[in-house]
Amino acid sequence: MNAEPLDFQPGLARRRRAGRLFTLALTAAGLAGIGFLIVLLARVLWEGAPSLSRDFLANFPSVLNPPKAGVKSALWGTVWLMTMTVLVSVPIGVATAVYLEEHAPNNRLTRFIHLNIANLAGVPSIVYGILGLAVFVRWMHFDRSVAAGALTLSLLIMPVIIIASREALLAVPQSFRHAALALGATKWQTIRAHVLPAALPGIITGVILAVSRAIGEAAPLLMIGALTYVAFVPEGPFDAFTALPIQIFDWCDRPQPQFHHLAAAGILVLLSILLPMNAVAVALRAWHTRRKAWQNSGI
Amino acid sequence: MAELRNMSVTDSRTRSATRRVTAAPDTVISAENLTLGYGSFVAVRDVSLDIPDRKVTAIIGPSGCGKSTLLRAMNRMNDVVPSANVQGRLLYRGLDIYSPRCDSVELRLKIGMVFQRPNPFPKSIYKNVAWAPKINGYRGDMGELVERSLQHAALWDEVKDKLHQCAYALSGGQQQRLCIARAIALQPDVLLMDEPCSALDPIATARIEDLIDELENRYTVVLVTHNMQQAARVSDLTAFMYMGELVEFDATETMFTKPGRQRTQDYITGRFG
Repeated sequence: MNAEPLDFQPGLARRRRAGRLFTLALTAAGLAGIGFLIVLLARVLWEGAPSLSRDFLANFPSVLNPPKAGVKSALWGTVWLMTMTVLVSVPIGVATAVYLEEHAPNNRLTRFIHLNIANLAGVPSIVYGILGLAVFVRWMHFDRSVAAGALTLSLLIMPVIIIASREALLAVPQSFRHAALALGATKWQTIRAHVLPAALPGIITGVILAVSRAIGEAAPLLMIGALTYVAFVPEGPFDAFTALPIQIFDWCDRPQPQFHHLAAAGILVLLSILLPMNAVAVALRAWHTRRKAWQNSGI
Repeated sequence: MAELRNMSVTDSRTRSATRRVTAAPDTVISAENLTLGYGSFVAVRDVSLDIPDRKVTAIIGPSGCGKSTLLRAMNRMNDVVPSANVQGRLLYRGLDIYSPRCDSVELRLKIGMVFQRPNPFPKSIYKNVAWAPKINGYRGDMGELVERSLQHAALWDEVKDKLHQCAYALSGGQQQRLCIARAIALQPDVLLMDEPCSALDPIATARIEDLIDELENRYTVVLVTHNMQQAARVSDLTAFMYMGELVEFDATETMFTKPGRQRTQDYITGRFG
Protein backbone atom coordinates (compact mmCIF):
# COMPACT_ATOMS: atom_id res chain seq x y z
CA MET A 1 0.00 0.00 0.00
CA ASN A 2 1.56 3.23 -1.07
CA ALA A 3 -1.50 5.45 -0.93
CA GLU A 4 -0.67 9.00 -0.03
CA PRO A 5 -3.45 10.30 2.14
CA LEU A 6 -2.47 13.94 1.64
CA ASP A 7 -3.42 13.96 -2.04
CA PHE A 8 -7.13 13.60 -1.38
CA GLN A 9 -9.47 15.28 1.04
CA PRO A 10 -12.73 13.52 0.32
CA GLY A 11 -14.80 15.70 2.66
CA LEU A 12 -17.46 12.99 2.59
CA ALA A 13 -19.52 14.46 5.40
CA ARG A 14 -19.86 17.79 3.62
CA ARG A 15 -20.75 16.12 0.31
CA ARG A 16 -23.37 13.94 1.90
CA ARG A 17 -24.83 16.98 3.63
CA ALA A 18 -25.08 18.83 0.31
CA GLY A 19 -26.72 15.78 -1.24
CA ARG A 20 -29.32 15.58 1.51
CA LEU A 21 -29.98 19.29 1.25
CA PHE A 22 -30.66 19.09 -2.44
CA THR A 23 -32.85 16.01 -2.13
CA LEU A 24 -34.88 17.95 0.39
CA ALA A 25 -35.09 21.06 -1.80
CA LEU A 26 -36.15 19.08 -4.85
CA THR A 27 -38.76 17.13 -2.92
CA ALA A 28 -40.13 20.38 -1.55
CA ALA A 29 -40.36 21.83 -5.05
CA GLY A 30 -42.20 18.75 -6.25
CA LEU A 31 -44.61 18.77 -3.34
CA ALA A 32 -45.26 22.50 -3.74
CA GLY A 33 -46.87 21.85 -7.12
CA ILE A 34 -49.08 19.11 -5.72
CA GLY A 35 -49.83 21.25 -2.69
CA PHE A 36 -51.10 24.15 -4.76
CA LEU A 37 -53.24 21.81 -6.82
CA ILE A 38 -54.80 20.31 -3.69
CA VAL A 39 -55.49 23.75 -2.18
CA LEU A 40 -57.03 24.90 -5.44
CA LEU A 41 -59.21 21.84 -5.81
CA ALA A 42 -60.30 21.94 -2.19
CA ARG A 43 -61.29 25.60 -2.42
CA VAL A 44 -63.24 25.10 -5.62
CA LEU A 45 -64.94 22.00 -4.21
CA TRP A 46 -65.80 23.85 -1.02
CA GLU A 47 -67.35 26.75 -2.89
CA GLY A 48 -68.88 24.94 -5.80
CA ALA A 49 -70.02 21.54 -4.59
CA PRO A 50 -73.22 22.79 -2.94
CA SER A 51 -74.38 24.37 -6.20
CA LEU A 52 -73.60 21.25 -8.18
CA SER A 53 -76.71 19.27 -9.01
CA ARG A 54 -78.54 17.75 -11.90
CA ASP A 55 -80.43 21.02 -12.25
CA PHE A 56 -77.15 22.89 -12.57
CA LEU A 57 -76.36 20.89 -15.70
CA ALA A 58 -79.90 21.05 -17.07
CA ASN A 59 -80.78 24.71 -16.46
CA PHE A 60 -79.93 27.74 -18.49
CA PRO A 61 -78.08 30.59 -16.79
CA SER A 62 -80.20 33.14 -15.01
CA VAL A 63 -79.21 36.64 -14.10
CA LEU A 64 -82.10 37.20 -11.72
CA ASN A 65 -82.36 33.87 -9.97
CA PRO A 66 -78.91 32.47 -9.10
CA PRO A 67 -80.16 29.35 -7.30
CA LYS A 68 -81.89 28.23 -10.49
CA ALA A 69 -79.02 29.07 -12.81
CA GLY A 70 -77.19 26.34 -14.71
CA VAL A 71 -74.61 25.66 -17.37
CA LYS A 72 -76.73 23.93 -19.99
CA SER A 73 -76.00 26.43 -22.74
CA ALA A 74 -72.33 26.70 -21.80
CA LEU A 75 -71.88 22.93 -21.64
CA TRP A 76 -73.50 22.39 -25.03
CA GLY A 77 -71.62 25.35 -26.42
CA THR A 78 -68.37 23.75 -25.33
CA VAL A 79 -69.38 20.40 -26.84
CA TRP A 80 -70.23 22.09 -30.15
CA LEU A 81 -67.08 24.15 -30.07
CA MET A 82 -64.76 21.25 -29.33
CA THR A 83 -66.35 18.91 -31.86
CA MET A 84 -65.94 21.45 -34.62
CA THR A 85 -62.47 22.42 -33.51
CA VAL A 86 -61.35 18.79 -33.66
CA LEU A 87 -63.01 18.26 -37.04
CA VAL A 88 -61.14 21.24 -38.46
CA SER A 89 -57.77 21.12 -36.73
CA VAL A 90 -57.00 17.39 -36.63
CA PRO A 91 -57.24 16.59 -40.36
CA ILE A 92 -55.33 19.71 -41.38
CA GLY A 93 -52.80 19.39 -38.55
CA VAL A 94 -52.05 15.71 -39.12
CA ALA A 95 -51.90 16.19 -42.89
CA THR A 96 -49.44 19.05 -42.43
CA ALA A 97 -47.28 16.88 -40.18
CA VAL A 98 -47.32 14.01 -42.69
CA TYR A 99 -46.36 16.40 -45.46
CA LEU A 100 -43.53 17.95 -43.47
CA GLU A 101 -42.18 14.65 -42.18
CA GLU A 102 -42.71 12.32 -45.15
CA HIS A 103 -42.84 14.44 -48.29
CA ALA A 104 -41.25 17.85 -47.89
CA PRO A 105 -37.73 18.16 -49.23
CA ASN A 106 -35.21 19.23 -46.65
CA ASN A 107 -34.69 22.76 -47.91
CA ARG A 108 -34.83 26.29 -46.63
CA LEU A 109 -38.57 26.65 -47.13
CA THR A 110 -39.31 23.51 -45.11
CA ARG A 111 -37.05 24.65 -42.29
CA PHE A 112 -38.75 28.06 -42.38
CA ILE A 113 -42.15 26.38 -42.03
CA HIS A 114 -40.87 24.26 -39.12
CA LEU A 115 -39.57 27.33 -37.35
CA ASN A 116 -42.81 29.21 -37.84
CA ILE A 117 -44.97 26.40 -36.54
CA ALA A 118 -42.82 26.19 -33.43
CA ASN A 119 -43.21 29.95 -32.98
CA LEU A 120 -46.97 29.85 -33.57
CA ALA A 121 -47.33 27.30 -30.78
CA GLY A 122 -46.03 29.97 -28.42
CA VAL A 123 -48.21 32.87 -29.56
CA PRO A 124 -50.59 34.08 -26.79
CA SER A 125 -54.15 32.95 -27.33
CA ILE A 126 -55.53 36.50 -27.27
CA VAL A 127 -53.60 37.16 -30.49
CA TYR A 128 -55.48 34.33 -32.15
CA GLY A 129 -58.64 35.98 -30.86
CA ILE A 130 -57.75 39.20 -32.67
CA LEU A 131 -57.04 37.23 -35.83
CA GLY A 132 -60.34 35.35 -35.49
CA LEU A 133 -62.21 38.60 -34.98
CA ALA A 134 -60.71 40.14 -38.10
CA VAL A 135 -60.91 37.11 -40.38
CA PHE A 136 -63.79 34.91 -39.30
CA VAL A 137 -66.15 37.33 -37.57
CA ARG A 138 -65.78 40.43 -39.72
CA TRP A 139 -64.27 39.41 -43.06
CA MET A 140 -66.04 36.07 -43.49
CA HIS A 141 -69.17 37.31 -41.71
CA PHE A 142 -69.47 34.32 -39.41
CA ASP A 143 -70.46 36.77 -36.72
CA ARG A 144 -70.17 35.55 -33.14
CA SER A 145 -71.06 31.99 -34.14
CA VAL A 146 -69.81 28.56 -33.09
CA ALA A 147 -68.04 28.38 -36.46
CA ALA A 148 -66.05 31.54 -35.80
CA GLY A 149 -65.09 30.29 -32.33
CA ALA A 150 -64.16 26.81 -33.55
CA LEU A 151 -62.04 28.13 -36.41
CA THR A 152 -60.23 30.49 -34.05
CA LEU A 153 -59.54 27.69 -31.58
CA SER A 154 -58.46 25.45 -34.46
CA LEU A 155 -55.81 27.96 -35.42
CA LEU A 156 -54.75 28.10 -31.80
CA ILE A 157 -54.21 24.36 -31.37
CA MET A 158 -53.11 23.41 -34.87
CA PRO A 159 -49.41 24.16 -34.23
CA VAL A 160 -49.55 21.95 -31.14
CA ILE A 161 -51.15 19.13 -33.12
CA ILE A 162 -48.62 19.50 -35.94
CA ILE A 163 -45.67 19.38 -33.55
CA ALA A 164 -47.02 16.38 -31.62
CA SER A 165 -47.83 14.51 -34.84
CA ARG A 166 -44.39 15.23 -36.27
CA GLU A 167 -42.74 13.84 -33.17
CA ALA A 168 -44.92 10.74 -33.41
CA LEU A 169 -44.07 10.25 -37.09
CA LEU A 170 -40.39 10.82 -36.38
CA ALA A 171 -40.47 8.02 -33.82
CA VAL A 172 -41.63 5.48 -36.41
CA PRO A 173 -38.54 3.50 -37.37
CA GLN A 174 -37.20 4.12 -40.84
CA SER A 175 -37.03 0.35 -41.32
CA PHE A 176 -40.85 0.15 -41.57
CA ARG A 177 -40.80 2.55 -44.49
CA HIS A 178 -37.97 0.70 -46.19
CA ALA A 179 -39.65 -2.66 -45.68
CA ALA A 180 -42.89 -1.45 -47.24
CA LEU A 181 -41.22 0.34 -50.15
CA ALA A 182 -39.09 -2.70 -50.92
CA LEU A 183 -42.30 -4.73 -51.17
CA GLY A 184 -43.59 -2.65 -54.04
CA ALA A 185 -45.72 -0.26 -52.01
CA THR A 186 -46.21 3.32 -53.09
CA LYS A 187 -45.32 6.10 -50.73
CA TRP A 188 -48.95 6.66 -49.77
CA GLN A 189 -49.54 2.93 -49.16
CA THR A 190 -46.48 2.90 -46.93
CA ILE A 191 -47.72 5.89 -44.93
CA ARG A 192 -51.31 4.72 -44.78
CA ALA A 193 -50.68 1.11 -43.79
CA HIS A 194 -47.58 1.34 -41.60
CA VAL A 195 -46.40 4.81 -40.70
CA LEU A 196 -49.70 6.35 -39.58
CA PRO A 197 -50.87 3.34 -37.53
CA ALA A 198 -47.53 3.23 -35.74
CA ALA A 199 -47.71 6.95 -35.04
CA LEU A 200 -51.41 7.02 -34.14
CA PRO A 201 -51.20 6.72 -30.34
CA GLY A 202 -48.70 9.58 -30.27
CA ILE A 203 -50.91 11.67 -32.52
CA ILE A 204 -53.99 10.99 -30.41
CA THR A 205 -52.13 11.93 -27.25
CA GLY A 206 -51.11 15.22 -28.85
CA VAL A 207 -54.66 15.90 -30.01
CA ILE A 208 -56.11 15.26 -26.56
CA LEU A 209 -53.60 17.55 -24.89
CA ALA A 210 -54.24 20.23 -27.51
CA VAL A 211 -58.01 19.97 -27.08
CA SER A 212 -57.71 20.16 -23.32
CA ARG A 213 -55.88 23.41 -23.84
CA ALA A 214 -58.59 24.73 -26.15
CA ILE A 215 -61.43 23.70 -23.86
CA GLY A 216 -60.28 26.05 -21.12
CA GLU A 217 -59.61 29.05 -23.35
CA ALA A 218 -61.73 32.11 -22.63
CA ALA A 219 -59.60 34.94 -24.00
CA PRO A 220 -59.85 34.27 -27.76
CA LEU A 221 -63.58 33.57 -27.47
CA LEU A 222 -64.17 36.81 -25.58
CA MET A 223 -62.11 38.56 -28.22
CA ILE A 224 -64.34 37.34 -31.04
CA GLY A 225 -67.30 38.48 -28.99
CA ALA A 226 -68.83 35.24 -27.76
CA LEU A 227 -71.88 35.99 -25.69
CA THR A 228 -71.79 35.72 -21.92
CA TYR A 229 -75.48 35.25 -21.41
CA VAL A 230 -77.11 32.67 -23.66
CA ALA A 231 -80.40 31.00 -22.83
CA PHE A 232 -80.45 28.50 -25.68
CA VAL A 233 -78.44 25.61 -27.02
CA PRO A 234 -76.79 26.16 -30.43
CA GLU A 235 -78.52 24.15 -33.12
CA GLY A 236 -76.10 24.73 -35.97
CA PRO A 237 -72.57 25.94 -36.59
CA PHE A 238 -73.73 29.47 -37.29
CA ASP A 239 -75.68 29.95 -34.05
CA ALA A 240 -74.44 32.18 -31.29
CA PHE A 241 -72.97 30.37 -28.33
CA THR A 242 -71.33 30.59 -24.98
CA ALA A 243 -68.82 28.15 -23.51
CA LEU A 244 -67.87 26.96 -20.03
CA PRO A 245 -64.85 29.23 -19.53
CA ILE A 246 -66.84 32.25 -20.66
CA GLN A 247 -69.74 31.39 -18.38
CA ILE A 248 -67.34 30.99 -15.48
CA PHE A 249 -65.69 34.29 -16.32
CA ASP A 250 -69.05 36.01 -16.45
CA TRP A 251 -70.16 34.64 -13.10
CA CYS A 252 -66.86 35.57 -11.47
CA ASP A 253 -67.32 39.09 -12.75
CA ARG A 254 -70.59 39.63 -10.93
CA PRO A 255 -70.56 41.16 -7.43
CA GLN A 256 -73.11 38.86 -5.76
CA PRO A 257 -71.49 35.96 -3.87
CA GLN A 258 -74.11 33.48 -5.17
CA PHE A 259 -72.61 33.84 -8.60
CA HIS A 260 -69.16 33.06 -7.26
CA HIS A 261 -70.48 29.72 -6.04
CA LEU A 262 -71.93 29.12 -9.49
CA ALA A 263 -68.54 29.94 -11.01
CA ALA A 264 -66.87 27.37 -8.73
CA ALA A 265 -69.46 24.79 -9.74
CA GLY A 266 -68.79 25.64 -13.39
CA ILE A 267 -65.09 25.11 -12.80
CA LEU A 268 -65.88 21.68 -11.35
CA VAL A 269 -67.85 20.80 -14.49
CA LEU A 270 -64.95 21.95 -16.67
CA LEU A 271 -62.44 20.00 -14.59
CA SER A 272 -64.58 16.87 -14.71
CA ILE A 273 -64.28 17.01 -18.51
CA LEU A 274 -60.61 17.95 -18.53
CA LEU A 275 -59.16 15.50 -16.04
CA PRO A 276 -60.52 12.34 -17.71
CA MET A 277 -59.24 13.64 -21.04
CA ASN A 278 -55.77 14.12 -19.64
CA ALA A 279 -55.94 10.74 -17.93
CA VAL A 280 -56.75 9.10 -21.26
CA ALA A 281 -53.81 10.89 -22.87
CA VAL A 282 -51.44 9.74 -20.13
CA ALA A 283 -52.76 6.16 -20.23
CA LEU A 284 -52.49 6.07 -24.00
CA ARG A 285 -48.91 7.23 -23.87
CA ALA A 286 -47.99 4.67 -21.24
CA TRP A 287 -49.69 1.89 -23.18
CA HIS A 288 -47.98 2.95 -26.36
CA THR A 289 -44.54 3.01 -24.76
CA ARG A 290 -45.04 -0.52 -23.51
CA ARG A 291 -46.41 -1.72 -26.84
CA LYS A 292 -43.59 -0.29 -28.92
CA ALA A 293 -41.87 -3.60 -29.30
CA TRP A 294 -39.67 -2.31 -32.10
CA GLN A 295 -37.88 -0.03 -29.67
CA ASN A 296 -36.81 -2.63 -27.16
CA SER A 297 -36.72 -5.85 -29.13
CA GLY A 298 -32.99 -6.35 -28.90
CA ILE A 299 -32.51 -8.60 -31.87
CA MET B 1 -30.91 -5.22 -76.18
CA ALA B 2 -28.31 -5.47 -73.51
CA GLU B 3 -28.85 -9.19 -73.31
CA LEU B 4 -28.04 -9.63 -76.96
CA ARG B 5 -24.79 -7.80 -76.65
CA ASN B 6 -21.72 -9.71 -75.67
CA MET B 7 -21.59 -9.26 -71.94
CA SER B 8 -17.98 -8.32 -71.73
CA VAL B 9 -16.95 -6.38 -68.73
CA THR B 10 -15.44 -3.10 -69.76
CA ASP B 11 -13.37 -2.48 -66.68
CA SER B 12 -9.92 -3.50 -67.82
CA ARG B 13 -8.75 -4.52 -64.38
CA THR B 14 -11.52 -7.06 -64.00
CA ARG B 15 -11.69 -8.29 -67.55
CA SER B 16 -9.54 -11.33 -67.18
CA ALA B 17 -11.03 -12.26 -63.88
CA THR B 18 -14.62 -12.15 -65.07
CA ARG B 19 -14.36 -13.79 -68.43
CA ARG B 20 -15.86 -17.02 -67.34
CA VAL B 21 -18.74 -15.29 -65.62
CA THR B 22 -19.79 -13.22 -68.58
CA ALA B 23 -19.97 -16.37 -70.61
CA ALA B 24 -23.02 -17.35 -68.55
CA PRO B 25 -26.09 -17.47 -70.79
CA ASP B 26 -28.53 -15.44 -68.73
CA THR B 27 -27.70 -12.15 -67.14
CA VAL B 28 -30.35 -10.73 -64.84
CA ILE B 29 -28.72 -7.58 -63.56
CA SER B 30 -25.92 -5.88 -65.34
CA ALA B 31 -23.92 -2.85 -64.23
CA GLU B 32 -22.09 -0.87 -66.87
CA ASN B 33 -19.51 1.63 -65.62
CA LEU B 34 -21.78 2.31 -62.70
CA THR B 35 -20.80 5.11 -60.35
CA LEU B 36 -22.96 5.79 -57.29
CA GLY B 37 -22.59 8.58 -54.79
CA TYR B 38 -24.23 10.60 -52.06
CA GLY B 39 -23.76 14.31 -52.73
CA SER B 40 -20.12 14.75 -53.61
CA PHE B 41 -19.08 11.48 -51.95
CA VAL B 42 -18.44 8.63 -54.36
CA ALA B 43 -19.49 5.31 -52.81
CA VAL B 44 -19.18 3.05 -55.86
CA ARG B 45 -16.77 3.90 -58.69
CA ASP B 46 -17.03 2.68 -62.25
CA VAL B 47 -18.25 -0.82 -61.51
CA SER B 48 -19.19 -3.22 -64.28
CA LEU B 49 -20.48 -6.69 -63.53
CA ASP B 50 -23.13 -9.15 -64.68
CA ILE B 51 -25.24 -11.09 -62.24
CA PRO B 52 -26.35 -14.42 -63.68
CA ASP B 53 -29.79 -15.99 -63.40
CA ARG B 54 -30.62 -18.56 -60.69
CA LYS B 55 -27.27 -18.25 -58.96
CA VAL B 56 -26.17 -16.87 -55.63
CA THR B 57 -23.83 -13.96 -56.16
CA ALA B 58 -22.04 -12.68 -53.08
CA ILE B 59 -20.57 -9.22 -52.79
CA ILE B 60 -17.86 -9.04 -50.15
CA GLY B 61 -15.51 -6.38 -48.95
CA PRO B 62 -14.59 -4.36 -45.86
CA SER B 63 -17.04 -1.90 -44.28
CA GLY B 64 -17.64 1.17 -46.40
CA CYS B 65 -16.48 -0.44 -49.64
CA GLY B 66 -19.77 0.40 -51.33
CA LYS B 67 -21.22 -3.10 -51.45
CA SER B 68 -24.51 -2.16 -49.78
CA THR B 69 -24.84 0.95 -51.94
CA LEU B 70 -24.39 -1.19 -55.04
CA LEU B 71 -27.02 -3.64 -53.80
CA ARG B 72 -29.52 -0.95 -52.88
CA ALA B 73 -29.13 0.61 -56.32
CA MET B 74 -30.48 -2.60 -57.85
CA ASN B 75 -34.03 -2.00 -56.55
CA ARG B 76 -33.68 1.77 -56.30
CA MET B 77 -33.77 1.77 -52.52
CA ASN B 78 -31.10 4.46 -52.69
CA ASP B 79 -33.87 6.74 -53.93
CA VAL B 80 -34.89 7.31 -50.32
CA VAL B 81 -31.62 9.18 -49.78
CA PRO B 82 -32.25 12.60 -51.33
CA SER B 83 -28.61 13.26 -52.25
CA ALA B 84 -28.02 9.90 -53.97
CA ASN B 85 -26.78 10.15 -57.53
CA VAL B 86 -26.02 7.71 -60.34
CA GLN B 87 -23.80 7.62 -63.41
CA GLY B 88 -23.38 4.82 -65.87
CA ARG B 89 -26.01 2.18 -66.44
CA LEU B 90 -27.65 -0.50 -64.38
CA LEU B 91 -29.81 -2.91 -66.34
CA TYR B 92 -32.41 -5.36 -65.13
CA ARG B 93 -33.12 -7.80 -67.95
CA GLY B 94 -32.31 -5.11 -70.45
CA LEU B 95 -34.32 -2.36 -68.74
CA ASP B 96 -32.32 0.60 -67.52
CA ILE B 97 -33.24 0.76 -63.84
CA TYR B 98 -32.53 4.48 -63.61
CA SER B 99 -34.26 5.55 -66.80
CA PRO B 100 -37.56 7.41 -66.48
CA ARG B 101 -39.26 4.44 -68.15
CA CYS B 102 -38.54 2.31 -65.12
CA ASP B 103 -41.12 2.62 -62.34
CA SER B 104 -39.49 1.94 -58.99
CA VAL B 105 -42.67 0.42 -57.53
CA GLU B 106 -42.93 -2.03 -60.43
CA LEU B 107 -39.22 -2.80 -60.26
CA ARG B 108 -39.43 -3.67 -56.56
CA LEU B 109 -42.14 -6.21 -57.30
CA LYS B 110 -39.57 -8.05 -59.40
CA ILE B 111 -36.58 -7.40 -57.19
CA GLY B 112 -37.28 -8.11 -53.56
CA MET B 113 -35.05 -7.19 -50.65
CA VAL B 114 -34.12 -8.49 -47.22
CA PHE B 115 -32.49 -6.01 -44.89
CA GLN B 116 -29.63 -6.16 -42.46
CA ARG B 117 -31.80 -6.12 -39.35
CA PRO B 118 -35.06 -8.06 -39.37
CA ASN B 119 -37.76 -5.46 -39.90
CA PRO B 120 -41.16 -7.14 -39.70
CA PHE B 121 -44.18 -4.89 -39.46
CA PRO B 122 -45.72 -4.66 -35.98
CA LYS B 123 -48.58 -6.84 -37.17
CA SER B 124 -49.41 -10.53 -37.16
CA ILE B 125 -47.21 -13.06 -38.94
CA TYR B 126 -49.99 -13.64 -41.45
CA LYS B 127 -50.44 -9.95 -42.19
CA ASN B 128 -46.71 -9.47 -42.60
CA VAL B 129 -46.71 -11.93 -45.48
CA ALA B 130 -50.12 -11.10 -46.94
CA TRP B 131 -49.85 -7.31 -46.99
CA ALA B 132 -47.69 -6.88 -50.10
CA PRO B 133 -49.65 -9.42 -52.20
CA LYS B 134 -52.85 -7.72 -51.09
CA ILE B 135 -51.85 -4.20 -52.13
CA ASN B 136 -50.52 -5.60 -55.38
CA GLY B 137 -53.84 -7.19 -56.22
CA TYR B 138 -53.04 -10.87 -55.66
CA ARG B 139 -56.05 -12.82 -56.94
CA GLY B 140 -55.24 -16.33 -55.79
CA ASP B 141 -55.94 -17.94 -52.43
CA MET B 142 -54.19 -15.73 -49.90
CA GLY B 143 -54.03 -18.38 -47.18
CA GLU B 144 -52.33 -20.74 -49.54
CA LEU B 145 -49.85 -18.10 -50.68
CA VAL B 146 -48.96 -17.26 -47.08
CA GLU B 147 -48.44 -20.93 -46.28
CA ARG B 148 -46.33 -21.54 -49.38
CA SER B 149 -44.18 -18.46 -48.73
CA LEU B 150 -43.59 -19.45 -45.13
CA GLN B 151 -42.73 -22.97 -46.23
CA HIS B 152 -40.24 -21.71 -48.78
CA ALA B 153 -38.71 -19.57 -46.06
CA ALA B 154 -38.42 -22.66 -43.83
CA LEU B 155 -40.57 -21.04 -41.17
CA TRP B 156 -43.97 -22.68 -41.63
CA ASP B 157 -43.52 -25.50 -39.12
CA GLU B 158 -42.52 -23.08 -36.39
CA VAL B 159 -45.35 -20.60 -36.89
CA LYS B 160 -48.28 -22.51 -38.36
CA ASP B 161 -50.09 -22.54 -35.02
CA LYS B 162 -49.57 -18.87 -34.29
CA LEU B 163 -50.10 -17.12 -37.60
CA HIS B 164 -52.13 -14.41 -35.95
CA GLN B 165 -49.66 -13.56 -33.24
CA CYS B 166 -47.55 -10.45 -33.50
CA ALA B 167 -44.36 -10.94 -35.49
CA TYR B 168 -42.38 -9.44 -32.63
CA ALA B 169 -43.01 -12.55 -30.57
CA LEU B 170 -40.60 -14.40 -32.87
CA SER B 171 -36.86 -14.71 -32.32
CA GLY B 172 -34.47 -12.61 -34.40
CA GLY B 173 -33.68 -15.48 -36.76
CA GLN B 174 -37.36 -16.31 -37.18
CA GLN B 175 -38.12 -12.66 -37.84
CA GLN B 176 -35.50 -12.60 -40.57
CA ARG B 177 -36.97 -15.71 -42.18
CA LEU B 178 -40.38 -14.02 -41.94
CA CYS B 179 -38.90 -11.08 -43.84
CA ILE B 180 -37.66 -13.53 -46.47
CA ALA B 181 -41.12 -15.12 -46.64
CA ARG B 182 -42.63 -11.66 -47.00
CA ALA B 183 -40.28 -10.87 -49.89
CA ILE B 184 -40.83 -14.15 -51.76
CA ALA B 185 -44.62 -13.94 -51.36
CA LEU B 186 -44.51 -11.51 -54.28
CA GLN B 187 -42.81 -14.22 -56.36
CA PRO B 188 -39.95 -11.93 -57.31
CA ASP B 189 -37.31 -12.65 -59.90
CA VAL B 190 -34.39 -11.48 -57.82
CA LEU B 191 -33.83 -11.43 -54.09
CA LEU B 192 -31.38 -8.87 -52.73
CA MET B 193 -29.99 -9.63 -49.28
CA ASP B 194 -28.12 -6.94 -47.41
CA GLU B 195 -26.03 -8.72 -44.76
CA PRO B 196 -29.08 -10.73 -43.71
CA CYS B 197 -27.27 -12.54 -40.91
CA SER B 198 -25.23 -9.76 -39.36
CA ALA B 199 -27.75 -9.29 -36.53
CA LEU B 200 -28.21 -13.02 -35.89
CA ASP B 201 -26.52 -15.65 -33.76
CA PRO B 202 -24.57 -18.52 -35.40
CA ILE B 203 -27.44 -21.02 -35.27
CA ALA B 204 -29.92 -18.64 -36.84
CA THR B 205 -27.24 -17.74 -39.37
CA ALA B 206 -26.78 -21.38 -40.33
CA ARG B 207 -30.53 -21.70 -40.93
CA ILE B 208 -30.61 -18.66 -43.17
CA GLU B 209 -27.62 -19.98 -45.10
CA ASP B 210 -29.36 -23.33 -45.64
CA LEU B 211 -32.38 -21.38 -46.79
CA ILE B 212 -30.33 -19.37 -49.31
CA ASP B 213 -29.12 -22.68 -50.76
CA GLU B 214 -32.73 -23.73 -51.32
CA LEU B 215 -33.85 -20.36 -52.65
CA GLU B 216 -31.24 -20.52 -55.37
CA ASN B 217 -33.37 -22.86 -57.44
CA ARG B 218 -36.19 -20.37 -57.63
CA TYR B 219 -34.60 -16.95 -57.43
CA THR B 220 -31.52 -15.09 -58.40
CA VAL B 221 -29.93 -14.12 -55.12
CA VAL B 222 -27.53 -11.25 -54.60
CA LEU B 223 -26.02 -11.38 -51.14
CA VAL B 224 -23.97 -8.69 -49.51
CA THR B 225 -21.93 -9.98 -46.62
CA HIS B 226 -18.92 -9.00 -44.61
CA ASN B 227 -18.52 -12.60 -43.62
CA MET B 228 -16.13 -14.29 -46.03
CA GLN B 229 -16.89 -17.77 -44.80
CA GLN B 230 -20.53 -17.13 -45.52
CA ALA B 231 -19.75 -16.07 -49.08
CA ALA B 232 -17.61 -19.17 -49.50
CA ARG B 233 -20.36 -21.41 -48.11
CA VAL B 234 -23.42 -20.21 -49.96
CA SER B 235 -22.46 -18.38 -53.14
CA ASP B 236 -21.69 -19.52 -56.67
CA LEU B 237 -19.96 -16.30 -57.60
CA THR B 238 -18.19 -13.74 -55.50
CA ALA B 239 -17.45 -10.10 -56.18
CA PHE B 240 -14.82 -8.43 -54.05
CA MET B 241 -15.10 -4.68 -53.62
CA TYR B 242 -12.61 -2.35 -52.04
CA MET B 243 -12.93 1.40 -51.57
CA GLY B 244 -15.84 1.66 -53.98
CA GLU B 245 -14.20 -0.30 -56.76
CA LEU B 246 -14.80 -3.81 -57.96
CA VAL B 247 -11.47 -5.57 -57.52
CA GLU B 248 -12.38 -8.99 -58.74
CA PHE B 249 -15.44 -11.01 -59.72
CA ASP B 250 -15.28 -14.72 -60.36
CA ALA B 251 -16.61 -18.10 -59.43
CA THR B 252 -16.53 -18.40 -55.65
CA GLU B 253 -14.28 -21.42 -55.74
CA THR B 254 -11.71 -19.59 -57.84
CA MET B 255 -11.92 -16.50 -55.68
CA PHE B 256 -11.19 -18.43 -52.54
CA THR B 257 -8.57 -20.80 -53.90
CA LYS B 258 -6.63 -18.92 -56.52
CA PRO B 259 -7.76 -15.29 -56.72
CA GLY B 260 -6.40 -13.32 -59.64
CA ARG B 261 -5.41 -10.25 -57.70
CA GLN B 262 -3.14 -9.69 -54.75
CA ARG B 263 -5.65 -7.51 -52.88
CA THR B 264 -8.30 -10.23 -53.03
CA GLN B 265 -5.78 -12.72 -51.76
CA ASP B 266 -4.87 -10.37 -48.89
CA TYR B 267 -8.49 -9.78 -47.90
CA ILE B 268 -9.52 -13.39 -48.12
CA THR B 269 -6.60 -14.58 -46.07
CA GLY B 270 -7.45 -11.99 -43.46
CA ARG B 271 -4.43 -9.74 -43.91
CA PHE B 272 -6.68 -6.69 -43.81
CA GLY B 273 -10.35 -5.81 -43.65
